[in-house]
Amino acid sequence: MSQPLTLAKKPARRFRFKPVALALIPFAALIVAFEVLPLIYLVMTSLLSDDETHYTLAQYATALTSPYYLKAITNSVTISLGSSVIGLVVSLFAAYSLTKLSGAARERLLTISNMSSNFAGVPLAFAYIILLGNNGIFTILLDSWGLDAFSPDLYSWTGLMLVYVYFQIPLATLLLYPVYFGISEQWKEAAALLGAGSFAFWRKIGLPVILPGLAGTFIILFANSMGAYATAYALVGGNFNLLAIRIGSLVAGDVVTKPQLGSALAVLLGLMMMAALAVNARLMRGLRKEQTNG
Amino acid sequence: MLKSNKPRGRRSAGRFHRIVWAILIIYLVLPLVATLLYALAGNWQTTILPESWTLKWFQDLLHDSRFTEAFVRSIVVCGISLIVSTAVMVPTVIIVVLEFPKWEKVLNMLALIPYAVPGVVAAVGLIRLYSSGPLAISGTIWLLCGAYFVVVLPFMYQGIRNSLRSVNAVMLQDAAMLLGAGRWQAFRYVLLPNVMPGLTVSLLLSFAVLFGEFVLANLLVGGQYETIQIYLYRRQGESGHLSSAVSITYFVLVAIISGVMLRLGKRVLNAPSPADDDKPATGNKKGRGASPGTAAPGITLQGGQES
Repeated sequence: MSQPLTLAKKPARRFRFKPVALALIPFAALIVAFEVLPLIYLVMTSLLSDDETHYTLAQYATALTSPYYLKAITNSVTISLGSSVIGLVVSLFAAYSLTKLSGAARERLLTISNMSSNFAGVPLAFAYIILLGNNGIFTILLDSWGLDAFSPDLYSWTGLMLVYVYFQIPLATLLLYPVYFGISEQWKEAAALLGAGSFAFWRKIGLPVILPGLAGTFIILFANSMGAYATAYALVGGNFNLLAIRIGSLVAGDVVTKPQLGSALAVLLGLMMMAALAVNARLMRGLRKEQTNG
Repeated sequence: MLKSNKPRGRRSAGRFHRIVWAILIIYLVLPLVATLLYALAGNWQTTILPESWTLKWFQDLLHDSRFTEAFVRSIVVCGISLIVSTAVMVPTVIIVVLEFPKWEKVLNMLALIPYAVPGVVAAVGLIRLYSSGPLAISGTIWLLCGAYFVVVLPFMYQGIRNSLRSVNAVMLQDAAMLLGAGRWQAFRYVLLPNVMPGLTVSLLLSFAVLFGEFVLANLLVGGQYETIQIYLYRRQGESGHLSSAVSITYFVLVAIISGVMLRLGKRVLNAPSPADDDKPATGNKKGRGASPGTAAPGITLQGGQES
């Protein structure tokens, strides 16, 4: 964390380009002010007692033992895992199908995926209210068919899951699509010549090749939904007991604010994200190494 | 399902893949269509489709000064952030890549942190740091601009660095200086023009992300500075039709930006690989190298929107 602070000083000792290094000062200042210091403050706040008189681990103890906050964490993990798995499975087929389509169609579909991945947060929540809300198109449609028992309650966990899956699918497709290029058509032919069926090919060759890419995509999806705030917030305000929502209301809530506890939860969320992205980086490095070797 | 379809020959397999995407497109476009219908609906209470159609909501929007103000505010805050980011990041990345290559790791790490820090987490630290003390800029646009500088840091860094890599900046600078150019001339007339394509893509992406940013805006400046997303959130409860019209306007704008971005990005990525076709192996590798690059906007776009 102290590295960026020394950014502007270091060259004076090691290199001769003193004047050039001066041009890095604005960058260093902005990074320290808005990236590094806030993170240090965050960690320090999370270690303070409620009345801010002494340092303690009490906030972490509360975060990890209070049934309410523990529930928020497990809720976030559950919905992230669920929406990531569904998103991954759907896009596994979608991305593969994409590689089988003609170039022009592929371009067009990638554009659509890219654009719909823009459609998230507040506008997305609102669109789902129009579709599945109390007076939503599908709610009325199912009602008129006498199937109202099947209409999902948008303001429940099922509803939230539906919206999360929506923003996971285009992202997963965009991420998985390049992974399939790791499999060349010749391998399939070679495998077929040696007597492997389509299933055997995917099981023995195809899947192992794309597995690191799959895992990496899954992790990004997971991290993406763990950090998601806007969608749930726009759907039901602070009513869902999700980690990101809890952090927001503890720090900038309308009623009571407990920035220390909010910071502890934020640190926990940040650590989860960092762990996930570190695993992803490792997987990707392995993948790249394999590709350059092979 | 996929596999059992394959042996039946190309045509039926092709049809299967088209059906997969037809369903997917309906699924992806449905929420948008619903929003569009709502924005164009006159009376729509208990029927499946609107009972009457109107352009009233879009007209209302044009006359709603709150909307125009929110729109301008968003443009202002995005504009300041991106101008500052460009002015700071272009020289920084060029200097680090050329003069201090050892520090690239530090720069890279700094540019990765925003991915691991969701908006809600970043907001907590920023609020704590700036709500009191000598730098009490909490609730002002400056805090938001600073936060946005960090949000777009990964895109700006990657865009500029990739441009420098694709033209081999070190050799280019050496060549320019060998021909008698000074350091500044080499920067201004040789390196800067070569950074432009990557920078343009990064800027468009950053703009789309910032324009759709809700969490930081809501938690950091919320009441004091109503951006387009906050306006959208607040209006949602008041007038569904009006906020649908805002959604559509917003989405069309972002769609245009990402359309331009994709086109530009493709040109930037495809330009320096003329030998792809005759060498399938390297062509494949390049494809792989380029594709995660094009996919990255997807990740980050999403990440920025959501977190």
